Amino acid sequence: MLYFTRWRALGIILTALIVCLCAVPNFFPEAQVKTWPAWAQRRLVLGLDLQGGSYLLLEVDSNYVKKEKLDQIRDDVRRVLREAKIGYTGLSSKGDAVEVRVKDTDLQNALAKLRDLSQPLGGLLGSNGQRSLEVSDAGGGLIRLTVPQAAITERVRQTIEQSIQIVERRVNQLGTVEPVIQRQGTDRILVQVPGLQDPTRLKELLGKTAKMEFRMVDASVPPDQAQKGSLPPESELLMSASSPKVPYVVKKQVLVSGGDLTDAQPGFDQRTGEPIVSFKFNTSGARKFAQATQENVGLPFAIVLDNEVISAPVIREPITGGQGQISGSFTVQSANDLAILLRAGALPAPLTVIEERTVGPGLGQDSIEKGELAAYVGSIMVIVFMLLTYRLFGVFANIAVAINVAMIFGLLSLLNATLTLPGIAGIVLTVGIAVDSNVLIYERIREELRGGRNAISAIDAGFKRALATILDSNITTFIAAAVLFYIGTGPVRGFAVTLGIGIITTVFTAFTLTRLIVAWWVRWKRPQSVPI
Amino acid sequence: MTHTVLIGLGVLIAILTVVAALGLLPSLRIVPDNTHFDFTRFRRISFPISAALSIVAITLFFTHGLNFGIDFRGGTLLEVQAKSGTADIAAMRTSLDALGLGEVQLQQFGGPENVLIRVAEQPGGDAAQQEAVQKVRGALGDTVEYRRVEVVGPRVSGELLAYGMIGLMLAIVAILIYLWFRFEWQFALGAMIANVHDIVLTIGFMSISQVDFDLTSIAALLTILGYSLNDTVVIYDRIREMLRRYKKMPMPQLLNESINSTLSRSIITHFTVTLALLALLLFGGHAIHSFTAVMMFGVVLVGTYTSIFIAAPILIYLGVGEHREDAVETATPAKKNRP
Repeated sequence: MLYFTRWRALGIILTALIVCLCAVPNFFPEAQVKTWPAWAQRRLVLGLDLQGGSYLLLEVDSNYVKKEKLDQIRDDVRRVLREAKIGYTGLSSKGDAVEVRVKDTDLQNALAKLRDLSQPLGGLLGSNGQRSLEVSDAGGGLIRLTVPQAAITERVRQTIEQSIQIVERRVNQLGTVEPVIQRQGTDRILVQVPGLQDPTRLKELLGKTAKMEFRMVDASVPPDQAQKGSLPPESELLMSASSPKVPYVVKKQVLVSGGDLTDAQPGFDQRTGEPIVSFKFNTSGARKFAQATQENVGLPFAIVLDNEVISAPVIREPITGGQGQISGSFTVQSANDLAILLRAGALPAPLTVIEERTVGPGLGQDSIEKGELAAYVGSIMVIVFMLLTYRLFGVFANIAVAINVAMIFGLLSLLNATLTLPGIAGIVLTVGIAVDSNVLIYERIREELRGGRNAISAIDAGFKRALATILDSNITTFIAAAVLFYIGTGPVRGFAVTLGIGIITTVFTAFTLTRLIVAWWVRWKRPQSVPI
Repeated sequence: MTHTVLIGLGVLIAILTVVAALGLLPSLRIVPDNTHFDFTRFRRISFPISAALSIVAITLFFTHGLNFGIDFRGGTLLEVQAKSGTADIAAMRTSLDALGLGEVQLQQFGGPENVLIRVAEQPGGDAAQQEAVQKVRGALGDTVEYRRVEVVGPRVSGELLAYGMIGLMLAIVAILIYLWFRFEWQFALGAMIANVHDIVLTIGFMSISQVDFDLTSIAALLTILGYSLNDTVVIYDRIREMLRRYKKMPMPQLLNESINSTLSRSIITHFTVTLALLALLLFGGHAIHSFTAVMMFGVVLVGTYTSIFIAAPILIYLGVGEHREDAVETATPAKKNRP
């Protein structure tokens, strides 16, 4: 137990040294570390509870996704049956399915045509026999098209994929440092923005789908009459975005959509000085817009955002340049936000904030100071206690604990782990626990000495017997830490990380460093008695 | 100020280290060598006491319940600090009650300038919670600094609770399997009974003290689980070793020997953990106050007691070591006492 080959001793020291050195970048300013080679840049990340910032958990509305999917299937059915010149009645979506009734003579033909709509899920590759749509004959000429749960899940997954990119673009517009945007589970997005004190604006930016459409105003019916019910089938009633709410009758047909925009910038109207948003279309958008404005000179069109009319200007002349501007009672802020939303693109489905946690910078700073103080006081008390109890061996234990803590920081930096306030508590607790391995060894040595062994043999037996116990007893705590890591989020997960890493380093130091230090002492001193 | 104190303490440590290294310090023995307490006999008292306490804890859990924090109950929590230096709670209460958000609790927190505001979960799903926090921000305006704002929607709170409970069960099962693998099943079962006992008592403590029961409490419970077991495993390891060595020693005596020979370690380790937790409790700030308080109770008070007075003696009832003589005929004669 007390014999180390030279290479083994060197290996242990090098390992400890390298792990400790990984903590070095934390002691230099971030800007300076950025200039170092990439492998040297890994450092601890402060959790939002320490540095302040906002955590938002967003969920995509899966009912909306499902409804969109069914609407799309309904439109597809209408198109397919029309193209095939098959007469139909009662086309509607009911629950999870779309139903349509055809004449008995057309049934087989219609079924065959509609089955073409169904595709294998997950593309041609990786298909597991699941299809995007199940077309069945419900009897009496009724055809039922159901969307299997797997197809809806797949659709939600795609929606989340697209949404993440758009959320990312929108969050980046806030100009904050290193926001984190991740998918969570199947239908959620996690957004972490360090340093953000008031997430109100962020929530506003993320709360809009920003579906922008240019449509014609239906001038054939006055809005008040439409409100009473005489609405043409190709039009719908929309309210204005500004208050007081003003109704507009707007055609359902979309001339150009926000997807055709290439750029949007906030600015000021040269004549009135009002805040405006100017935009640019891509080639196909510009062509569509030019054609539409040419055909409708003198008529009003509506700029619709998320089913609200932002403004409804009259087309004075054809707009062929593919550029335009939106004015409509904006403030500087709202014009800026709209430009951001238009540049980032529309979300495929609305997102809801289901969890929010924000910590102000004041509390974060307080927590750091208090955590540091507790860490110092706790360590000092433990160190002094160990010195008083075990004297020279207390010095050995304290050296091991100091290296242990340095290694915890090294490993945390290496993993780019997040340090939270409970995480600091985990480190303090580790200091209290780490000496346990030394206590176990030392008490065992004392016992062996009482049992009549000589000094060296007692030390040897003490290590041999205690190490098995150390391993057994630490694994139980490690299991608890692993479970905690798995179920926990944010600060709690930070605790699990430091606790788990603390156990690993504790076991490492007990098995190698403490042993090595004592072995050196034994070789140097050739003790006849153990001062323990 | 604190820095000078810390530097002073650092110097003290340096001096102590040199003195200790030179062997000039007197030896401090918290626990005398060779104790012979009859711990197992105490089981006739400790088992009924533990049973009674567990029943009290369970009764408390069902009558008083736990004070669910917003993680598990949903709703809104704001920690605000008055910019003027002293928070006028009465005025804040009036303006917040006028918002019609149902139950709004205000509570002084730390200093006179800090107030903790809890708004009960609003009916109407996730969006309604967001509106509520907007209203509160509107009512308090710029007179306060928002140090912490947490909004947990109804679905997330349900999931977090389920996750926490599943995690707790998962940890218990995982540890049980590990112990079963490493020891005999009687040991695993004994450790499990001791563990559930710890958790039940700690839950009783949380119920009586009404500390917030949230995700950090689950973390505290899991840590208690880990450390209490850590202690139990150390004693069990010794019992196993003694079982191998002394084939004929009567079980109660063997258990007593095992507990006594690890007693010094148990007490010293608990002392160092107590020191670490004490530092966190006194200086760690109120953000982790309930977290450390719960751990203090569970690890220090309950954990030590359990491993000595429950986990070890219970092995007698679980039949550990009953068939040793049958198994080994040529057993070495048991020594009366360890020299």
